[in-house]
Amino acid sequence: MMLQIQNLTKDFGSLRAVDGVSFSVDKGEVLGFLGPNGAGKSTTMKMATGFLSPTSGTASICGHDILNAPLAAKRCIGYLPEGAPAYPDMTPESFLHFIADIRGIARGDRDALIAEVVRKVHIEHVMHQRIETLSKGYKRRVGLAQAILHDPQVLVMDEPTDGLDPNQKHEVRKLIRSMAKEKAIVLSTHILEEVEAVCTRAIIIARGRVLFDGTPEQLTSQGPIDEVFRRITTGDRTAA
Amino acid sequence: MRNIVSIAKRELGGYFSTPVAYVFLIVYLLLANGLTLFITRFYEREQADLLAFFTWHPWVYLFLVPAVTMRLWAEERRQGTIELLFTLPITLAESVVGKFLAAWAFTGIALLLTIPIWITVNVLGKPDNGVILSSYVGSFLMAGAYLAIGSVVSSSTKNQVIAFVVSAVLCLVFVLAGLPGVMDVLDWMPNVVLETLRSFSFLAHFESIQTGVIDLRDITFFLSLIATCLVVNAIVLDMKKAS
Ligand SMILES: Nc1ncnc2c1ncn2[C@@H]1O[C@H](COP(=O)(O)OP(=O)(O)O)[C@@H](O)[C@H]1O
Ligand SMILES: [Mg+2]
Repeated sequence: MMLQIQNLTKDFGSLRAVDGVSFSVDKGEVLGFLGPNGAGKSTTMKMATGFLSPTSGTASICGHDILNAPLAAKRCIGYLPEGAPAYPDMTPESFLHFIADIRGIARGDRDALIAEVVRKVHIEHVMHQRIETLSKGYKRRVGLAQAILHDPQVLVMDEPTDGLDPNQKHEVRKLIRSMAKEKAIVLSTHILEEVEAVCTRAIIIARGRVLFDGTPEQLTSQGPIDEVFRRITTGDRTAA
Repeated sequence: MRNIVSIAKRELGGYFSTPVAYVFLIVYLLLANGLTLFITRFYEREQADLLAFFTWHPWVYLFLVPAVTMRLWAEERRQGTIELLFTLPITLAESVVGKFLAAWAFTGIALLLTIPIWITVNVLGKPDNGVILSSYVGSFLMAGAYLAIGSVVSSSTKNQVIAFVVSAVLCLVFVLAGLPGVMDVLDWMPNVVLETLRSFSFLAHFESIQTGVIDLRDITFFLSLIATCLVVNAIVLDMKKAS
């Protein structure tokens, strides 16, 4: 297992944002992490990537425990946080060089590697523009480039297509599919069609708990996907 | 170590990619030189030293250093880049030290830009350059202490205005701690308290270094204050990452 989430729980004061979430993702899998807003998707990802410390439970990435061996674990992950944060006064060029520097990519390989990733996410012609001047779609792609630069075995993306136009969504999904074979991928979304479009597996969470774990086909076989989703997340079992 | 350098390089580059850095440097030079020339009447003193110049440093830093540090961590929070930074394979300590060193290097650059005034006194007379050099060292160390305090404050609030005001006030406390006038007002306090206050005085340590004899105690004071602040900085960040 490349990514293993074990019983992750997070309390914010009296609010239990994530409540005993467990799952694992193997190479070749694209896991869609579904749930309504405030379900605990981002919080789970923040714990799995070592940004937040869990109240209890842990995650292991490529066999490295995120709590006991955070650096080794973080080396194996590419992470696109929600909103694709990046330093606004940098250009994608300088930003990606900074990431390459921190990721310890050898100086000689840097330019070639960056060029390759830049081609993958199509940001060639904005490389020398300040990130703050980029459109949402380009900013997201810069974030993606940052996340896949070191060719991580585990790729975690928080709402990678949120706010993109249909063409941009299509591009990003194509990119994700093209990387699916050699990585373990987790992406969160509240767009149901995305699950059918790119995921090999889906997990639905609401109020911090896993309510469904199966294939997209299992979901759609129960009826129109949005109805199934509503039924599961609102706990309305009468129709199930 | 390599990571600290990467972080510091990026941070320092960030300073110079916006007009803020240039505005800061110009204001600093105007203040530092202007106060020396017009308020202290540098030329009329007819003394070949830079005492008049360095005397102003604690006061100039009081306004300018919080302006540098207020965005240090607050901006990472606001932009969400803190999440990026802390999920990269670097330690919290490396981030904290790297960002601090960048800010310190920036004030070092500001100090270096005042060298013309040093040249001027050498043209006009025969100053004790040993004294001037140690004053520069002292000023740089003191700037580091201001920065470290500002850095802690910046890590604890997202609001840059609050960060500015609180840092300035905290630094002011360290400056005032040693002023004779202030100590007179406080002389009803137990001696231990007064002595402790005095030992934390930026002014006293800075003045002591300015005499030209670099006392290890003064250097240790500033360096340990910086180290303590950075440790607190890391702890605060670790606790308040989520908010
Ligand atoms: N830093 C925080 N402090 C307090 N509550 C938080 C914090 N982050 C998230 N929450 C709460 O935790 C719950 C889950 O949030 P989140 O993981 O962002 O949900 P999702 O990403 O699924 O929309 C929400 O109710 C949210 O308000
Ligand atoms: Mg979210």
